[in-house]
Amino acid sequence: MVEFTLWDIARNLLLAARWTVLLSLIAFVGGGVVGLILLAMRVSPLPWLRRIVVVYVEIFQGTPLLMQLFLAFFGLPLLGVDVSPWVAAAVTLTLYTSAYLADIWRGCVEAVPRGQWAAGASLGMTFSQQLRYIIWPQALKIAVAPTVGFLVQVVKSTALASIIGFTELTKTGTMITNAAFRPFPIYGMVAMIYFAMCFPLTWYARVLEKRAKVGQHR
Amino acid sequence: MTYAFDFSGFGLYAGLLARGVAVTLGLTAVSTVLGGLVGIGGASIAVAGPKWARGVVATYVELIRNTPFIVQLFFIFFGLPSLGIHIDEVQAAILAMTVNLGAYAIEIVRAGIDSIPRGQVQAAQALGLHGRQVFRYVVLPQAVANVFPALLSQVLIVMLGSAVVSQISVPDLTYAANFIQSRNFRSFESYLIITATYLVLSIVLRQLMNRLGRNLFAGRAARGGSDRAPRNWRTRLMWRGARTLPTER
Repeated sequence: MVEFTLWDIARNLLLAARWTVLLSLIAFVGGGVVGLILLAMRVSPLPWLRRIVVVYVEIFQGTPLLMQLFLAFFGLPLLGVDVSPWVAAAVTLTLYTSAYLADIWRGCVEAVPRGQWAAGASLGMTFSQQLRYIIWPQALKIAVAPTVGFLVQVVKSTALASIIGFTELTKTGTMITNAAFRPFPIYGMVAMIYFAMCFPLTWYARVLEKRAKVGQHR
Repeated sequence: MTYAFDFSGFGLYAGLLARGVAVTLGLTAVSTVLGGLVGIGGASIAVAGPKWARGVVATYVELIRNTPFIVQLFFIFFGLPSLGIHIDEVQAAILAMTVNLGAYAIEIVRAGIDSIPRGQVQAAQALGLHGRQVFRYVVLPQAVANVFPALLSQVLIVMLGSAVVSQISVPDLTYAANFIQSRNFRSFESYLIITATYLVLSIVLRQLMNRLGRNLFAGRAARGGSDRAPRNWRTRLMWRGARTLPTER
């Protein structure tokens, strides 16, 4: 049997953490892009477009992420797409993230006074111009803190990709545990690495939130 | 390539599915009660406890909020036995869900407490209530009423998150999906049915609890209360309790 020193374990976990970071980034960037499109649909003047996004958000927020991962993993091949756990995880997390971001950002857009839309309209702007030049810059300021806060949830949710066989931090922890039989220090370390990734984000989100509050009082 | 969906033969597993629903709801209910208590207790310490205890609560909250639930679950289920603490998978699931929900509940209830205007406390003190009474009868009920929707969505998040307890072989709804697809090889259909079940559960649960919240906290969410007896029996009891309070010891 191979002996694992604590350093071996820590090193392998840290190497695996790269994949957690990468998957989080893909989910966040992809989710941000899809989220923006959904946001535009959600606040559009067309009721049926809004309705689609409402249902989309309801489905992704009302079902377990684990089920979504399973459905993508077993469902995409039915469409003729050959999927690895990588692709299934990336696609699912992107869609999952987009649903939450669209919902968060919708709140921020709605926090901008309605009169701003009307003012834009009175200047002869189209819907997309109003959204792009008037509403979005103002909503963005409100949106930064909750978005950074949500990033923490994205990082944490990548842990579920381990279940469909994507080798990231949690999966590596399980694999090392199976070889080294020392679950307590290994899962402890896994948790610490997640904490090291998430806590700065949590802290930064809090700072941003405080700053936004100070801004409001002025 | 076309795929022929086949939902026949799922009737066989209706019992398994029903048990899965029961287990998922049961786990959620137990951890909601326990986690709610942790939340109220922790929030009380966080606003009024001694400094060291506040530190402990803050550390607990940050540790839980910044690590994934599945790692917490594995740590408890696989890690604790090596410390000589032996728990079965259901106990591990309940413990993990409680610990998880508790941390979020502390944050939420604390935000609720912070939202109560100073005037409420001063008014209570003017009526002769002492510290703990002010907290128990004036601050806490209003704080919980204010944040009830946030607590509710956290409970739903925990219920959906509980899908991973199937990984330590707790026979919940997800476990049923895994079991069914291992028998009939219809993975996509199995997961589709179970996902739909989760969706229905979360929609129904949200409706029910919203209604419950409206009943429990009718007229209690922080605004000026009227002197009229509330119509609802539960608030009526609380209202009478609040009125008779200063005279009791």
